[in-house]
Amino acid sequence: MLNIALPKGRLGEKVYAMFAAAGFECPSILEPNRKLIFENEAAGVRYFWVKPSDVAIYVERGAADIGVAGKDILLEYAPEVYELMDLNVGLCRMAVAAKRDFRDNPARTLRVATKFANIARGYYAGLGRDIDIIHLNGSIEIAPILGLSDVIVDIVETGKTLLENDLVPMETIVPISARLIANKASYKFHADEIEAVAQGLKGQVKAD
Amino acid sequence: MADTPLKPEERVLFALRGLYQKYGYSQFKMSKFEEYDLYARNKDFLISDGVITFTDTDGRLMALKPDVTLSIIKNTRNAPGDIQKLYYSENVYRVSGSTRQFKEILQTGLECIGDVDLYNLCEVISLAAQSLNTIGERYVLDLSHMGVVSALVDALGLDADTRGQVLRCIGEKNADGVRKLCPDMDTEGIRALIAARGPAAKVVESLRPWCAEGAAKAALDELAQVAGILDAIGCGGVQVDFSIVNDMNYYNGIVFMGYIDGIPASVLSGGQYDKLMQRMGSPARAVGFAIYMDLLERLSGEQSPYDVDTVLLYDDGADVMSLTRAVRFLTDSGTAVCAMKRIPEKLRYRQLLRFEDGGIRTNA
Repeated sequence: MLNIALPKGRLGEKVYAMFAAAGFECPSILEPNRKLIFENEAAGVRYFWVKPSDVAIYVERGAADIGVAGKDILLEYAPEVYELMDLNVGLCRMAVAAKRDFRDNPARTLRVATKFANIARGYYAGLGRDIDIIHLNGSIEIAPILGLSDVIVDIVETGKTLLENDLVPMETIVPISARLIANKASYKFHADEIEAVAQGLKGQVKAD
Repeated sequence: MADTPLKPEERVLFALRGLYQKYGYSQFKMSKFEEYDLYARNKDFLISDGVITFTDTDGRLMALKPDVTLSIIKNTRNAPGDIQKLYYSENVYRVSGSTRQFKEILQTGLECIGDVDLYNLCEVISLAAQSLNTIGERYVLDLSHMGVVSALVDALGLDADTRGQVLRCIGEKNADGVRKLCPDMDTEGIRALIAARGPAAKVVESLRPWCAEGAAKAALDELAQVAGILDAIGCGGVQVDFSIVNDMNYYNGIVFMGYIDGIPASVLSGGQYDKLMQRMGSPARAVGFAIYMDLLERLSGEQSPYDVDTVLLYDDGADVMSLTRAVRFLTDSGTAVCAMKRIPEKLRYRQLLRFEDGGIRTNA
């Protein structure tokens, strides 16, 4: 039995559809209720819904053998897991955004508001830029508007939220998509089962 | 309860000591502290960043050991042709991966330093497999060869930054990542390397097309030879997997990692580190491994439903001589006894006895 952690929400539902189409369905998962764990013994899978940012923790700690996590989470927390496949869904990008009239002054420390402190730190370290990280947990977009920060580093999907708040994306740091990840130790003892799931999913991944 | 005095990690430690001594390894005991400079010079060799430091009475900056291997190398002197076989069991202090806080970790391992030949290499890897077998029946020892990995990556002619990212992808089994990093290059060999896993004979053959000559062929041949010897001597659980990508500034040749079913992370890690020896000014070769004993707590199995077998309750006025005799009588009959005047609220016990009028009453 493979334990599979899926991210709760729209992305998770999309990803579950890929698993189901690959032959690892679990019909009870679609019933409207508040259950979090679903099992299909015949297919050898047990799914559970967890907060998207927690998937990597479940997998790294072995509570789940495999899971689906966004590349943003993998870059931010650098969990010790295998990254077996790019599922090419949940496409977005990690970007720097600022107010439309923002002019960068390299003589000053750049104030960066973000949920993704490690990604932001790594990006600006690569540019040799001195920054002040302001760690926020949500509504990042209002930080530059209220003068809390000069720029934000956040996920941009369509850019609509930015636009509505009069912000513009300035630089793309890295493209993001959902990845199939596996616990390293689980992979050693369930490699064939995990590879069977991966192979099945391969047929469901849409080309770029 | 009375028949399980040893915790799994204590039982394993005891068994491993016996195993290593049987093969002529002697224990290396060292101080808890080391000059910080040793770690500063070899920072990348350490598994985690962060060392606990303090200033000694003479002003020297000291560290609580985050690693054992560096201290062993520093303290061993080899004459040409000599070989030193050492094992250790020491506490180290480093940042734990998941909690990002310092932890005291009991680490056991062995090092074979000096004129290391093919026999020594096979002996150490076989001891790694036997160590895993001592810990748990279902285990896997993954073997990789840094020579194969570096030859295939070098063949792409990448800049240092991209090379590092490709190596990280190999470590993550991330074939899609390699394709995206090098879109216009022929990365079929690297992707074959990532996909290769399983028994050595099968894996080695699958990689032959990309390792037909030069350093890649020599490395693959060495891996095949070692795996062949291990197989012939009945060393089970060994397979090949190239996702072990240790730092190439320190490690060369064969590297390996061990897993136990039921423990979610690797419990054993090791390999040949001739390059570290060179960096520390020694012409000797070396191979060794470490076992992270703290992870074995996960093997504790089923917990007893009781804290103690028998509680023997006694009053203030009880005759101490008779009470002592009564406790001795119970322990001699094989029961674990906790004599006390009052039962703590959360104590779980199998039976309750009362000490009254100089004797044991069962109707408590």
